[in-house]
Amino acid sequence: MIQEDTISAVATAVGEGGIGIIRLSGSESIKIANKLFQGYRGKKAEQLESHKAAYGHIISLDNSVVDEVLLLVMKGPNSYTREDVVEIHCHGGPIPLRNILGLTLKAGARLAEPGEFTKRAFLNGRLDLTQAEAVIDVIRAKTDASLRMAVGNLSGQLSEKIRGLRNDILGMIAHLEAAIDFPEEDIEEIAAQDVEERVKVVRQAINYLLSTANTGRILREGLETVIIGKPNVGKSSLLNALLKEKRAIVTDIPGTTRDIIEEFVNIGGIPLKIIDTAGIRETDDVVEKIGVEKAKDFINRADLILMILDASKPLEEEDIEVLHLLKDKKAIILVNKSDLPTVINLNEIQDRLPGKTVLKISTIEGSGLSELEKIIADMVYGGQVQQSDGTFVNNVRQVELLRQTDNYLLEVLHTISAAMPPDCVVVDLRAAWDKLGEISGDTVGEDIIDQIFSQFCIGK
Amino acid sequence: MYKAGSYDVIVIGAGHAGSEAALAAARMGCNTLLTTLNMDNIAMMPCNPAVGGPAKGHLVREIDALGGEMGINTDKTCIQMRMLNTGKGPAVHALRAQADKQLYHVSMKETVENQENLTVKQLLIDKILTSDDTVTGVQVETGEIYESKCIIIASGTYLRGKVILGELNYSGGPHGQRAAEKLSDSLKEIGVKLMRFKTGTPARVDRRTVDFSKMLIQPGDEDVHNFSFMSDIETREQIPCWLTYTNENTHEIIRSNLHRAPMYTGIIEGTGPRYCPSIEDKVVRFAEKTAHQLFVEPEGSHTNEMYVQGMSTSLPIDVQHAFLRTIPGLENVEIMRPGYAIEYDCVDPTQLKPSLEFKAIKGLFSAGQANGTSGYEEAAAQGLMAGINAARIIKAEQPFILTRAEAYIGVLIDDLVTKGTNEPYRMMTSRAEYRLILRQDNADLRLTDKGRQIGLVNDERYNRFVTKRDDIEKTLNLLSETMITPTAENQAKLAALGSAELRTGTTLYDLLRRTEINYDGLREQFGLPDISSAVKLQVEITVKYEGYIKKQIEQVERSAKLEAKMLPEDIDYSQIHGLAGEARQKLGKIRPISIGQAARISGVTPADISILMIYLEQERRKGEN
Repeated sequence: MIQEDTISAVATAVGEGGIGIIRLSGSESIKIANKLFQGYRGKKAEQLESHKAAYGHIISLDNSVVDEVLLLVMKGPNSYTREDVVEIHCHGGPIPLRNILGLTLKAGARLAEPGEFTKRAFLNGRLDLTQAEAVIDVIRAKTDASLRMAVGNLSGQLSEKIRGLRNDILGMIAHLEAAIDFPEEDIEEIAAQDVEERVKVVRQAINYLLSTANTGRILREGLETVIIGKPNVGKSSLLNALLKEKRAIVTDIPGTTRDIIEEFVNIGGIPLKIIDTAGIRETDDVVEKIGVEKAKDFINRADLILMILDASKPLEEEDIEVLHLLKDKKAIILVNKSDLPTVINLNEIQDRLPGKTVLKISTIEGSGLSELEKIIADMVYGGQVQQSDGTFVNNVRQVELLRQTDNYLLEVLHTISAAMPPDCVVVDLRAAWDKLGEISGDTVGEDIIDQIFSQFCIGK
Repeated sequence: MYKAGSYDVIVIGAGHAGSEAALAAARMGCNTLLTTLNMDNIAMMPCNPAVGGPAKGHLVREIDALGGEMGINTDKTCIQMRMLNTGKGPAVHALRAQADKQLYHVSMKETVENQENLTVKQLLIDKILTSDDTVTGVQVETGEIYESKCIIIASGTYLRGKVILGELNYSGGPHGQRAAEKLSDSLKEIGVKLMRFKTGTPARVDRRTVDFSKMLIQPGDEDVHNFSFMSDIETREQIPCWLTYTNENTHEIIRSNLHRAPMYTGIIEGTGPRYCPSIEDKVVRFAEKTAHQLFVEPEGSHTNEMYVQGMSTSLPIDVQHAFLRTIPGLENVEIMRPGYAIEYDCVDPTQLKPSLEFKAIKGLFSAGQANGTSGYEEAAAQGLMAGINAARIIKAEQPFILTRAEAYIGVLIDDLVTKGTNEPYRMMTSRAEYRLILRQDNADLRLTDKGRQIGLVNDERYNRFVTKRDDIEKTLNLLSETMITPTAENQAKLAALGSAELRTGTTLYDLLRRTEINYDGLREQFGLPDISSAVKLQVEITVKYEGYIKKQIEQVERSAKLEAKMLPEDIDYSQIHGLAGEARQKLGKIRPISIGQAARISGVTPADISILMIYLEQERRKGEN
């Protein structure tokens, strides 16, 4: 939002192989590239000629080589945004892209907002007036998608963890603030030492999350793929077949898969994050109902939907309802149990979803699965499915926000050990609380004041 | 119709908002009429006998720096002062005065009555007169009309005021005053949206029936403080307050009479504030607390009435007597005035511009409790700003608006007009995001120049301010230019100050950063000039908190760019392509003046802000073509 910031983002779609580009724009971009890039014969980014690609390496802060790259410096105003732009062309896999993007942030860039390059291009006069509406559409669409992803990408467990940490911090802030704003009320003052202890506990938790970031769930990017279908239609069997191992419990009892299972599978070089859900079915079963509602959410945020129908049963009202939900989505309809006599009307399905692939499979016999893999790969490489920037970027974003939160908390500890008063301690506590809120998507409202009044009895 | 007079500005209500509004407008040269429904209630304090405290004291200092009256009037008439929060850092040090209510009123009455360009009249206003959505004057209950170009509503809790005391309720203002019954309807007729709020006050008890030996004395500070940067008062009689506690017996009486509490019987409909709940509310909501503290405070030096702070209530008289008499020191207490609750109409402040003028009605302003706030200081601050901005309309000048980074007044008004409020709004330091900059000690440095430009700061105040500012700068320069080397002599001086030895040469500025070193210590050891305590304070805070202050200044600079991007008044948000529905609706209602303000509206997302910026650029280029 602030024009003078230097922004950074992955400019290409994420996939295995090929080339990936990280793009920086803003007055600091060359300076940031300087810190990360080591060119042929020790050339620095600032020594490079504008608009000429240079070969070299991206070096991490501990001086190890991260990737072999081409660096392209485009000095403003002769660039897309009319600002100094630097492009780092690296290998296209998610890992180098993620690492390099992370490094640019550490070196002082800010993660670009959705559509921000285009916005800058317009505000700086690069795009003409007739393109304004198109620019707005880009911002709107990308933001809505990434907002969905930002929250959607948080697993329930992680967001609960973050909210918990945030609450711990809020409790401290409210206590300190209540004592400041109501000095004549009998509010027991919170000792600096207590704040110190509690901040240390929060930092431990954050550092644990950060340490798992590279292997753990926050950074496990992939094309978000959801498997939906009624109970016992073969969702878990499909997942198992794709995974080629037994993971989800597969039984004949409808609704056995109570929890949503997330797994990763590599199909033709594309990392797929597959989410298996309990069946979409209006049900009185409380346990399963939660699963159903979640699945509806998943449809809305998934990159790709695999809808499974039972070939041995006719289409029911609820199937049609779900098919309707898929109209504007990237979806493949799988008709399972092709080993049994076919009762379902395939033409009706195709009529309801023109243009969508309807594929007969049998998870028991294993038929149709290699075709499915091929179709998915074609859809991705053919450009039909594009991974939302959200999933991928969001992981980097979360790590960056956690890191910043931790820095603020470290500042709190410095403030306390320098024997500074509570009004100084609160400054960084509040900043830490705000940062965690950005991860969980919780907005700042009257929370602090609400907390003060619910926690302390204050009167006149 | 009889036209009784014609003025530039008419102020309705002469409480803390109205008095400041009228004084500011008159001092800026406008022919001003201040109306009150009773000449004997000018600047009346119907609730606690105190001015200041955290955030509120900050407001008083800001009012003073801008040339307002509250600080001076408090300094002249108060009977005790304390600096609160001295252990909690300079940003939240807070001055609080015990007021002599009668003297405060008398002194303010004298000031307004003698102000040049200002006429004071006892009138009950029934009607706001408008033509083409512009005010033209007011009509009094007796029928006559006063014409004016600007009107400031400062009606406090008097709009359809309803007093509730146990089973009794009647229409009226606080302390037996009349209510303004008809003005609400007139406001509704011209399209103003009103809310209904509630507040309350505790009993006043007879000093002679209180046993102070069972209470803890709460004396004022030995050092004499003043709110006003112009006050030179050096001695002041300090009358103490007294602390005591409720107990389970008190709570039991309240609990067993809850069925008679108007709060719970449904008589009270208005929304009360969470920060000053009645004692019945506290006993219910914090049932686990076995004791609540209360302060017994003098209402003045010529009265036996004492205010029982912490015991606000609208329970019936017999219950008030019974529960008060369970409290140590109050066993034989006699009530002089009972506690009661009051309900009143107030304006939804999101209808106002940041200048406090109504968006939809030209020349109509609203300030103080009428805008849904609580507290004398909040009221006075808004009154001052409304008075200034009314005068600026008369003088055809741009509105005077303070930002959140410049003053608590800016935070207060921005919160009100941007977010609105659903309970009486009280200022708190935790509402200010740039608290370390907005200190009560530097209100003059922040605002005197602005007050001068407006025309409310006279030569005397301005010269005093310039001298102080120059002295601060000189001292800071001297400190950073004076280099101390690690000689034996200097090491001995540091040892005398209880500070560690020097390893390399350093400036006095850097030495002052050390926790154990203050200016006086340096002055004694290194022969620095003697400076006033106000200058000393600024120098020490500047040096010792430099890192934290710098952080906040950086934050301010970042957001200043958004604050400076102004939105035209006539934007049609429904026509802006791409805005989300909620943003469209909220922006249309609040009509923010800048991108910065727009971003603070709940429901307006960063994407909406980006789209607004694109829209502005689009319009700018269209304008060029």
